[in-house]
Amino acid sequence: MAEILTKTRARNIFYGGSIFFVVVFIALTAQSHRHIVKTSTAGMPLTEQVALGKHVWEKNSCINCHTLHGEGAYFAPEIGNVMTRWGVADDPETAYEILDGWMQAQPSGIEGRRQMPHFEITEEEMRALSEFLRWADQTDTQGWPPNDAG
Amino acid sequence: MKYQSQSVAKAYFYCAMALFGIQVLGGLLAGWIYVSPNTLSEIVPFNVIRMIHTNALIVWLLLGFFGAAYFLVPEESERELFSVKLAYLQLIILMVGTLGAVGSYLVGIHGGREFLEQPLWVKFGILVAAVIFLFNISMTVLAGRKTAITNVLLMGLWLLCLLWVFAFINPENLSLDKMYWWMVVHLWVEATWELVMAAILGYLMLKLTGVDREVVEKWLYVIVATALFSGILGTGHHFYWIGTPGYWQWIGSIFSTFEVIPFFLMMSFAFVMVWKGRKNHPNKAALLWSLGSSTVAFFGAGVWGFLHTLHGVNFYSHGTQITAAHGHLAFYGAYVALNLAVFTYAMPMLRGRDPYNQVLNMASFWLMTGGMTFMTFVLTFAGTIQTHMQRVLGENYMEVQDSLSLFYLMRFGAGAAVVIGALLFIYSLVVARKREVIQPGPAQAVAGE
Ligand code: HEM
Ligand SMILES: [Fe+2]
Repeated sequence: MAEILTKTRARNIFYGGSIFFVVVFIALTAQSHRHIVKTSTAGMPLTEQVALGKHVWEKNSCINCHTLHGEGAYFAPEIGNVMTRWGVADDPETAYEILDGWMQAQPSGIEGRRQMPHFEITEEEMRALSEFLRWADQTDTQGWPPNDAG
Repeated sequence: MKYQSQSVAKAYFYCAMALFGIQVLGGLLAGWIYVSPNTLSEIVPFNVIRMIHTNALIVWLLLGFFGAAYFLVPEESERELFSVKLAYLQLIILMVGTLGAVGSYLVGIHGGREFLEQPLWVKFGILVAAVIFLFNISMTVLAGRKTAITNVLLMGLWLLCLLWVFAFINPENLSLDKMYWWMVVHLWVEATWELVMAAILGYLMLKLTGVDREVVEKWLYVIVATALFSGILGTGHHFYWIGTPGYWQWIGSIFSTFEVIPFFLMMSFAFVMVWKGRKNHPNKAALLWSLGSSTVAFFGAGVWGFLHTLHGVNFYSHGTQITAAHGHLAFYGAYVALNLAVFTYAMPMLRGRDPYNQVLNMASFWLMTGGMTFMTFVLTFAGTIQTHMQRVLGENYMEVQDSLSLFYLMRFGAGAAVVIGALLFIYSLVVARKREVIQPGPAQAVAGE
């Protein structure tokens, strides 16, 4: 490296530049926060039931097998669009029934097929979970996933 | 070892290696479940095993960083640590927290944000441990000689501990949750941990090659500048499809492409230092791990990261086995191998003996690195097929997975090689022997020496 770039200069560029990028990042994060609340997730109200559903999702660590909006483990199918895949994104009652039927049928016990555990979930929680998944499904994710397979 | 208090690092390294063992065994088991899915499915399901695998990894890497800081800061600052007792207290808190977390996962108590599943009391324990650490290490540095290495190291460690605050922020809105979650995950591995990595690599190069401090330090600032300039806005490559605004597709693609630069610089730095250096350090294994780390980090983080970071590609590859391939090689190259380099360098001094079992140690390098490389290739092939069948043709997830079983079998084989390598590594450092297990070849005379 040439003599123009002394150690002190390199250090000052590092500090100054980093502060600049942190400030820009914070501003964009604040804007994104507003966008999420006001626009991309505003299609369906974030009710207490949806919040409870998110809690059920977390308590059972579903994320360590499934992906949700493409993030998580890659062992089991994408869940962010599952309500669309089942064709029940706009039908809370049927959504609950299908989800409940699915969950009760686990584990399938089929030899050579990946197994989903059985979870102890009350009816209230199951309804909440179903609403949470419908809520997640209506998020504006810029067109992702490419198709219903997720 | 010049300073008594450096010896706390030994306890950190032993604990880290124990968790390393748990991590790779957990990983091997998870890999086996991909091959034979009914294994343990009703006793310890896949999600629990995966939590143990990822959490053990993160904690042992952090223990390694903390231990490395306790080892190198006294030498750099030219004084004893502020408090040895606090350092041990910190370690005890972290170990109790980690083993507590593993235990509670096994009985089904956990959170559900990926990597941050620790029960709240463990999260608080980590916070307390982080505060103790920052206090202890900062008091040491402030009272002693200040160098660019301690400067960058401390900055990285302070920032990464501060970011831990986001582990407590879990909004009810899923998209907000995801956005803030990345402030721990991405800004750790692609910003703050890079500062720690660069500082430690700088220290190792200083010691192993004997290059001028002035040269090392200038490189160091250039490396960390490129890391933060690219990595901070590079967070945008996770904000494409989670409900965040569309402009992140451009910001994320452009800045995360620049993230390749710091990894390229670290690799170049390591090789240029060795090439320029005059010193012929007896610890060849530590040098191998240092060069290997920066090289594999360049491929795993830099090349494999770039592979799927442009939003047009990521639209199809997001959340497939391609992500898994990248995650594995990046973590291995940048942070696992770097930690193993530090252990290899420091352990002989901490135990007051010559570098021993070097040949075994180097064999473990090739076994682990070969295994990880092979695993990355097979997962990349699996991911490419998955992306095409599922994302382009729209075929059902489970059916697509069935057609990938050959790759998962090969991945298990690669994983087994890594586990054997890891156990060999631990053996080579922990078990003292009077003589080398395998005699090294005759030393080669270097021209001009
Ligand atoms: C040592 C540094 C790095 C480590 C340890 C690392 C690790 C990881 C891990 C574990 C994930 C998966 C996260 C999840 O669970 O969702 C991930 C995702 C990702 N990484 Fe990295 N990474 C590193 C550097 C990079 C770099 C330098 C780039 C770009 C040039 C990059 C690009 C990406 C992208 C685009 C994703 C998202 C993949 C998806 O859409 O599914 N990474 N990384
Ligand atoms: Fe990232």
